[in-house]
Amino acid sequence: MTERAAFRPPTGRTLEESSLTEQGLAAPEKKTGRILLIACGALAREIIDINEKNGLDHIDLTCLPAKLHLYPEQIVDAIDGAVAKHSAVYDKIFVVYADCGTGGALERKCAELGVEMVAGPHCYSFFEGNETFARHSEEGEITAFYLTDFLVKQFDAFVWRPMGLDKNPELRDMVFGNYTKLIYQSQTSDPKLVEKARACADRMGLEFEHRHTGYGDLETSLTAWAKGSSSSGSG
Amino acid sequence: MSDEEDIILSELDDEELVQQMFDDLYDGLKEEIEEGVNILLERGWAPYDILTKALVGGMTIVGADFRDGILFVPEVLLAANAMKGGMSILKPLLAETGAPRMGSMVIGTVKGDIHDIGKNLVSMMMEGAGFEVYDIGINNPVENYLEAMAEHKPDILGMSALLTTTMPYMKVVIDTMIEQGLRDDYIVLVGGAPLNEEFGKAIGADGYCRDAAVAVEMAKDFVARKHNAMSA
Repeated sequence: MTERAAFRPPTGRTLEESSLTEQGLAAPEKKTGRILLIACGALAREIIDINEKNGLDHIDLTCLPAKLHLYPEQIVDAIDGAVAKHSAVYDKIFVVYADCGTGGALERKCAELGVEMVAGPHCYSFFEGNETFARHSEEGEITAFYLTDFLVKQFDAFVWRPMGLDKNPELRDMVFGNYTKLIYQSQTSDPKLVEKARACADRMGLEFEHRHTGYGDLETSLTAWAKGSSSSGSG
Repeated sequence: MSDEEDIILSELDDEELVQQMFDDLYDGLKEEIEEGVNILLERGWAPYDILTKALVGGMTIVGADFRDGILFVPEVLLAANAMKGGMSILKPLLAETGAPRMGSMVIGTVKGDIHDIGKNLVSMMMEGAGFEVYDIGINNPVENYLEAMAEHKPDILGMSALLTTTMPYMKVVIDTMIEQGLRDDYIVLVGGAPLNEEFGKAIGADGYCRDAAVAVEMAKDFVARKHNAMSA
């Protein structure tokens, strides 16, 4: 964890969640557009859906492994490496990460590299809309544990096992004792995911709330970038 | 860490037992740690020596391996839980027998933040190092810090945050201390995953603590300097 490995490009070729978690998503071998999104693997399906819905076919996508979120200190170097790898090939690169626990370091890095990133502290915030999320926090919603579609599907890989709860369930209350409820922010409408999220809440000993957010500020950012890049003509 | 089986702790000599307790702490074995503490007490060890030589010594190894990426959060939690078991036996005895007091600290997680794993580790390690710790818990507005400082008159104020969105609140607390003319009365140490040294300096803290072991060393250093300055 302390040694920073050289940048290893994502190798994943599928949108299967476990592959997005471990390998990420490789950039297309031959670019199809002028714009590249370097995103978190946890957002791959959502981004593809937004791009399809909005006809953004001039945008390519590569994703870093979603598991980087378990070690936020590695995200900045990984983005640095990915931008360096692709900047000669694409006219314009955007980083589809929020701050994601980097304490402002990712924002500073993106400014240094001259690339834009998504505003907000994390995906829970931009899915709900940064302003709305901030207002909820101000109003006292600080004891909520959030899950998105991706995190519900990858709950064991992202939450349960990394916190050692598969082997040491007695740690549960040390880890989650200060939380009171799990809020499932759904991006798509899937009753099976709602039930799975509810089961996650049960396992964590938390109340459950389902809040449909859709893609929130993620969609706003992607479409604005696409428009801005198209209108500028230079990408 | 240890592959041996059926080790009878009471049959080990003192040195072997302390080494075994290091292993047991590393493996998060609470009952074994409690047993080890009781054996050393029966052998006439001073509670303070058990705390520093066996428990803190063991947790220091755990802390170093966490820092180096060998251990992860769950293992540290288990080790902390085991140490807590040992400390619960020693704490009342330390109060009775007296132990060197290094100083005192008020510590809490800032407003809007409910994360306390790191804070709890710091509290425990500070207690183990001989500090009187007043832990005011989570989600603390500035008023809570001011009240606790007024009540306990600590040497150190410790603030913790895990969220990028809550860490700026540390500056609110420090600025309020400045406004009220209190800032120079306390050593202010800050910590939490998204923080760094630059942030600590920018908000006017005395020190940024990367982990619990650093917090203890920094606290000792600052308190020693404070006492030296007072006696000069």
